[in-house]
Amino acid sequence: MTLLGQFALWAAFVLGLWSVALSFSGRWQGRPELSATIVRSCYAITGCLIVASVSLWKGLISHDFNIEYVAAYTSRNLPSAYIFSALWAGQKGSLLFWAVVLSLFASAAQLLTARRFAHLMPYVAGVTSAVITFFVSVMIFAADPFERLGFTPADGRGLNPQLQNVGMVIHPPMLYLGYISITIPFAFAVAALLSRRLDTGWIQAIRKWTLVSWLFLSIGITLGMWWAYVELGWGGYWAWDPVENASLLPWLTMTAFLHSVMIQEKRGMLKRWNLGLIIGTFLLSIFGTFITRSGVIASVHSFTQSSVGYFFLAFLVVAAILSYTLLHTRWALLEADVELESVLSREAAFLFNNLLFVGIAFSVLWGTLFPILSELVRGSKITVGVPFFNRVNVPLGLLLLGLTGIGPLIAWRKASANNLKRQFIAPLASGMLTLAALVVLGVRDFHALVALALSGFVAGTVVQEFYRGIRARRRMHGESIPLAFVRLIDRNRRRYGGYLVHVGVLIYFVAFAGMAFKREREATLKPGESVEMDSPFGHTYQFTHLGISQYESLNRIVSAATVQVTKDGKAAGLMTSEKRQHVDSFKRPTFEPSTEVGIRSNLQEDLYIVFAGSVDGTEEAVYRFNINPLVWWVWFGGLVLALGGVVTMWPGGGPRSLGPRRAQAGYEVTLVGAGRD
Amino acid sequence: MGRGRPDREAVTRREFLAAGLASLVVPLFPIASHTAPLQIAAQDSLTGRGATGTLRDPGAAGRPRLPTDARENDAEIQAIERQLACSCGCTLDIFTCRTTDFTCTYSPELHREVLALRDSGKTAQEILDTFVAKYGEKALMAPKPEGFNLAGYLVPGVLIAAAGAGLLVFVGRRKEALAAVASAAASASTRPVAASPEELERLRRELADVED
Repeated sequence: MTLLGQFALWAAFVLGLWSVALSFSGRWQGRPELSATIVRSCYAITGCLIVASVSLWKGLISHDFNIEYVAAYTSRNLPSAYIFSALWAGQKGSLLFWAVVLSLFASAAQLLTARRFAHLMPYVAGVTSAVITFFVSVMIFAADPFERLGFTPADGRGLNPQLQNVGMVIHPPMLYLGYISITIPFAFAVAALLSRRLDTGWIQAIRKWTLVSWLFLSIGITLGMWWAYVELGWGGYWAWDPVENASLLPWLTMTAFLHSVMIQEKRGMLKRWNLGLIIGTFLLSIFGTFITRSGVIASVHSFTQSSVGYFFLAFLVVAAILSYTLLHTRWALLEADVELESVLSREAAFLFNNLLFVGIAFSVLWGTLFPILSELVRGSKITVGVPFFNRVNVPLGLLLLGLTGIGPLIAWRKASANNLKRQFIAPLASGMLTLAALVVLGVRDFHALVALALSGFVAGTVVQEFYRGIRARRRMHGESIPLAFVRLIDRNRRRYGGYLVHVGVLIYFVAFAGMAFKREREATLKPGESVEMDSPFGHTYQFTHLGISQYESLNRIVSAATVQVTKDGKAAGLMTSEKRQHVDSFKRPTFEPSTEVGIRSNLQEDLYIVFAGSVDGTEEAVYRFNINPLVWWVWFGGLVLALGGVVTMWPGGGPRSLGPRRAQAGYEVTLVGAGRD
Repeated sequence: MGRGRPDREAVTRREFLAAGLASLVVPLFPIASHTAPLQIAAQDSLTGRGATGTLRDPGAAGRPRLPTDARENDAEIQAIERQLACSCGCTLDIFTCRTTDFTCTYSPELHREVLALRDSGKTAQEILDTFVAKYGEKALMAPKPEGFNLAGYLVPGVLIAAAGAGLLVFVGRRKEALAAVASAAASASTRPVAASPEELERLRRELADVED
């Protein structure tokens, strides 16, 4: 099977080169048979990469430890789900996974794109083939997933214990889907630039694919936070690690694009900016891959340091030069249709929103790269960790949260004083009431107060928008409130799906603010001994250590420390935290013992216990106990955000074919008034 | 590009998205299951020797630990350790590393160093300075805001502020230019609008309700 896999990679490589050459030569123009050939080559590449992936999966499932990748990431006693997910657990396999998923997206783009964009599709195929060919070439020349060993080990090393978690089965594919699918809007942007057909039509194709990427990336990031929380055991979900930052960067610029594209659709403005954002987002996704795989920046998430990083750096530089040069050559064709009329307009609010999104992206990038810069300039190494990022980014994040509430309240083109007064009274009152309630309740943490008060303001904005929409439907159609609510969303999915996304974001912020009040303590307990902790919500928890039990599981020896929990004096069940010593099928230890935390979650707070180890090999246990407020809401916020994304991208339900000047109703009103004279 | 279905997809977007939505449901299960209120202790098949007896396989329970003392929970010590980076390469601070990565041998040692410095009467700032003198500036979780490091703290904010100010100035100038054009157009027009300011305001409000 390895031979077949390698052959499939070479076939994909040759097909990719041919497709790229034919596409960018432009010889297909006016020759439908050639453009059809280019598109069909997309499907052929996909077929080759599926064959290669199945070949590697076959090696994994059949425990062919003569394949270096199989021996490095699996063992005979590894649970089946993790043998399946081992495809993306290591550097080489994840490159293959990336390539095959990108080829599937490229084929889907060819299949699902409406025929009115047919003139773009050969170029789109060319760009996607170029990116796929790059990934395939990295595998062929630097990271062959089918490389064979000179001998066959009796068993493999097994999978890193921290990757043996359901979160790692789902989180990387979701993140990859987000990263990878960014290539499709990028391909459309380049295709539009190459074809010089830069009217507003192509932006619709880009927007939908960007929404797909944004949705997958949002889910991937949230699942990554969940995995970090339940598996890494440090009691948090975001540490501003370079690899975490790398996933956030394209998400930020994509979110900026999804806002600014509305201005292009409605007003024909920001064409250059939007193209720049899409290109930048694609480059940031490659940058993230470079960071993860080069080892140039220290990270707990990185793959092994390897020469693969240089390939990505070279690709990043070449792609940046080519794309921005192309954009520059089409600059004159991207003139805005109309000018911005007022600072007090939704367009201006979106511009400031974009400024903040891109500013935060720059800030995160700057912080991530600052250690390298500092070493280059001063020759001394520095650490840029959580305190730095919090200091620089928290104020920017709060400003952005404020704009989330302000943007929807301001009218298009130009807001009048009356309009502002009418729109802002209720949301501002909501924010102020939230602030007052928190102060009365004794909350004193400045950032938490601001975040929660702004969340109250944003909630007021969203509720007001829904209230007015429902009221208007009830008045016009006499519908019941639930029916009006459902139809309101159904009739304008983009607008109200967007508001759902805003609700998800404000839930995130509330949950993040909750972590300012977390409690933690360490304790050493003999069986029967207890420790008490007060929670921020006023509950008193008592943790009583019951003992440590050891047992063998499929591929590990488990040491489980169990505590009995009481809440305000009432029994609240048992919690267990484990140490796991993973072993191969010959019972030989494969990795250092890992820790599984015990978590009990409710709407108010999480009890989070970590078994740090035993004292002198006895049942006397060292624990870390955390009470983490509002963590459940992080996952719920992610769910609402994803739901809002799905509503927004669901086909239909929106105004159709209204053209870029739809928001200029004011002009027509003036003319009607004039006509009556 | 579906053959025979002009301007339509071979697979409709609705079908494609329905399949996508079904796949989205899958990730929700671990979140839901993880919030289950109780985790039951596992069966003890490798029993120890009595209530406080030794474990059958102590090596499987991680590195041996020393009992914690009251200072492990000293908020001041924790605050100091949160500002100091562990030198094992984990990118975590000393407190987080020693209470998370139980295979790390650096962070417990650095923790003892912090305690020793505290016992010798040093203040929090003096302890930080001692670490910087001994291990270099990389010992701090965030560089001191001085000299070149100021660029790290200030550049993003300054750039955003400058871009924001530039945007305001640009819009202001465009507004003046547009006002001049509008004024010229208004003077050329001879037909006044036959609607009262109240009517126009009412119309604007109604439009605000229906527009995106």
